[in-house]
Amino acid sequence: MVQVSSASTAPTPAQARGTLAAEALPLGIFLVLAVLPLVALSMGGSYLVSLGARVMIFAIAAVALDLLVGYGGLISFGHAAFIGLGAYAVGILAAHGIGDALIALPAALALSALYAFLTGIVCLRTSGVYFIMITLAFGQMAFFTATSLAPYGGDDGLTIAARSTFAGLALIKNERAFYYLVFACLLGSYLFCRALVVSRFGRVLRGAKDNPLRMAAIGFNVYRFQLAAYVIAGTLGGLSGFLLANATEFVSPAYMSWQRSGELIVMVLLGGLGTLNGAIIGTAAYLLTEEWLSGFTENWKVIFGPVLVLVVLFARGGLIGLWSELQRRLRGG
Amino acid sequence: MVEPVLRLANLHKKFGALVVTDDVTLEVLPGELHAVIGPNGAGKTTLINQMSGLLTSDSGTISFGGRDITPAPMHARAALGLARSFQITSILPRFSALENVALAVQARIGSSFRCFGRAADEAALNEPALAALADVGLAERAHANAATLSHGEKRALELAIALAMQPKLLLLDEPMAGTGREEGARLVGVLQRLKGRFPVVLVEHDMTAVFALADRISVLIYGRILASGKPADVRADPRVVAAYLGDEME
Amino acid sequence: MSTTLLVVQILNGLQLGVLLFLIAAGLTLVFGVMDFINLAHGVQYMLGAYLAVAFYGVTGNFLAALVLALAAALAFGLLLEFVVFRQLYGRDHLDHVIATFGIILFLNHGVKMIWGAAPLSLPMPELLSGSVRLADGLLYPVWRLVVIAAGLAVAAALYVLVAHTRIGMLVRAGATNAAMVSALGVDIRRLFMIVFGFGAMLAGFAGIMIAPILSVEPGMGDTVLILAFVVIVIGGIGSIRGAFLAALLIGLVDTLGRSFAVDILRLVMGPSPARTVGPAIASMLIYLLMAVVLYVRPTGLFPARGR
Repeated sequence: MVQVSSASTAPTPAQARGTLAAEALPLGIFLVLAVLPLVALSMGGSYLVSLGARVMIFAIAAVALDLLVGYGGLISFGHAAFIGLGAYAVGILAAHGIGDALIALPAALALSALYAFLTGIVCLRTSGVYFIMITLAFGQMAFFTATSLAPYGGDDGLTIAARSTFAGLALIKNERAFYYLVFACLLGSYLFCRALVVSRFGRVLRGAKDNPLRMAAIGFNVYRFQLAAYVIAGTLGGLSGFLLANATEFVSPAYMSWQRSGELIVMVLLGGLGTLNGAIIGTAAYLLTEEWLSGFTENWKVIFGPVLVLVVLFARGGLIGLWSELQRRLRGG
Repeated sequence: MVEPVLRLANLHKKFGALVVTDDVTLEVLPGELHAVIGPNGAGKTTLINQMSGLLTSDSGTISFGGRDITPAPMHARAALGLARSFQITSILPRFSALENVALAVQARIGSSFRCFGRAADEAALNEPALAALADVGLAERAHANAATLSHGEKRALELAIALAMQPKLLLLDEPMAGTGREEGARLVGVLQRLKGRFPVVLVEHDMTAVFALADRISVLIYGRILASGKPADVRADPRVVAAYLGDEME
Repeated sequence: MSTTLLVVQILNGLQLGVLLFLIAAGLTLVFGVMDFINLAHGVQYMLGAYLAVAFYGVTGNFLAALVLALAAALAFGLLLEFVVFRQLYGRDHLDHVIATFGIILFLNHGVKMIWGAAPLSLPMPELLSGSVRLADGLLYPVWRLVVIAAGLAVAAALYVLVAHTRIGMLVRAGATNAAMVSALGVDIRRLFMIVFGFGAMLAGFAGIMIAPILSVEPGMGDTVLILAFVVIVIGGIGSIRGAFLAALLIGLVDTLGRSFAVDILRLVMGPSPARTVGPAIASMLIYLLMAVVLYVRPTGLFPARGR
């Protein structure tokens, strides 16, 4: 687990064993994700593969959000905006005949990074509920801008003719190929965030979550570090958006609604805040539950709502927290 | 004429109609331990907050090492070497004592935008941190979670964090607050060992500690400096005795 | 740009403003006194509307429906407080956000299940359903004037309550420093309950009053909720005065902005870009306003806890 709080001496044998056990979870997750398409061949076929891709796409955004919320204590209620911006970069370029990822991907990343930087400058001057509200406001701004883009579909959204090409080659047209591209992006984002949270930079961020006054008192300009984290998270959101646009071959303002931003926070909390693994697990749990239950009734959220309340009241550590608690009880701790 | 390390000139601060800092002028000389004493509500912590940058004065200037720091925010002053401890313990509860101090070392050393490597394992950060912890007698508790430390240990941790900054000036806001006699005496011992390394501004109620440590004392009453000078002189000053020390020394 | 249109839109803006105030008042008090972020306040507003429709269906009388719906809204609000919110005081804001988000999901889909997804309507009282002639060629719906009047009356009553009664003083004190109020021996639980119930009733009242004009449908509380949060953030958390001023400001800016954005922009750019950019800017206007205010005053204009 990536929750860092203890010793810095060389790991003892017991700790080394603990490390392997701790790594079992992410290893397991990525193993399952890696073999899914091979297994799916014998089962649901391409449906499972595209579902898996969708889970991973949102997991990228969720991992980035965990960085902000779980490690940085910055509750961003406008994270979906970055997904939308990345998606619209792809959509708008495609509408003008530019369908190559070599242009669309940097554009998507640059657009979300820029938006994160400009809005972050303002947002990070506030804290607490003001921060939540102002991130929500900027999310809404992006949403309304998209709805008013009449030439690009406005409210109804925009269809994309085909998936991004890579230097002219239709490399991700195939579902499996696309799946593995998304897999690589998730793995890369995950490993990057993991390195980030234990690095010097990550420690400043985590310290600022615990006690921003103390961090300023020892000489850290906390604002700068939080802004950097905000831009990183926004850029990863843009990556997620680029992949989403390619997955659905469609972009719509709904990608950036505040309800989506709320759902992203729920996904992270559901899995377990501040663990990174939890972001992936929570996303999977949420989307798979949604997929499964909406097959029965379109009002499944009537049940999910109270479930959320129960999670907050009794299972604050999310699924990972529940799992650790279970392990502890089984061990007789 | 010796250049003061810290110079407060005509500081004023009001909260609404209440004047908490009333035309305060004070100098801290190199190497000295300068105590600031006064009854509760005199405005001592408010003064420390203005010195460290947590509060902005309404008027007046503050210069540090000859440089005007009045507009500088707290983190900038800390980066210049102005360290402080807090009256109400302010540490990072989810980190170990070692990491609390190592972060102060990290702030000083820099390169904090590095995104790779395990900060918690870096000897360059941990060794100076362990040295600071040893200075305050917390070496054995280095790996304990800061939240689990006793009150006195937390006060010592605050001091260790400040030391790790290799300060050019140390502001201590009631470091003895809430400690028992033994822990208090231990802290006094630590402070005595540190004397002379760098100048210290010590806000304290514990008169035994103050008179044992201070090179000079300033007395703050209702936001004004009533008297300032050597301990013996201040102790004998009739105005001070009437306003404050008379009750304290009984 | 005709004067008639301007006056009508100003009145509409005032109407939106008082509506937002009714909702924001409860929201800002709950947050100010209990430090509780209540995203479910919007569904409280929606519930008021639905309950009014339901009771109207039973009684056939608007006034009876109003009174019964208010009582039911109050009861539901207190139930929510007792069952869920009480467990969350003192917890992280994130917990509040997620839990109340869950309640939004529950109620939005719950009303859909009970009443269906189709928009419902609530007829206004016969007597007040026409239009009145305010000036030459200026007709304005009576009901909208009633809403404005009701909102201002509530604002006045709240002012008297908060500034001149003992309970109001406790609420103001609680908004500044709840721990201290509790330490002084006041039953803080009862105070919280009263604040919460009152806020829920105000939101429900807003929903009932607006139901004859807007369509009553699932999710109607969501947009209004966001606007209400913008109001309390700009106004300053815990401040009724701030909520009032900010609500009127937002109501006017949003309404006038939407009506005249394209026209105003046409003065600086061509008609075609104005028509494209105009609606977008109009919808974003209040968020831009909030961003500017927060940049200059990161805790709003009149925060109860001071700067």
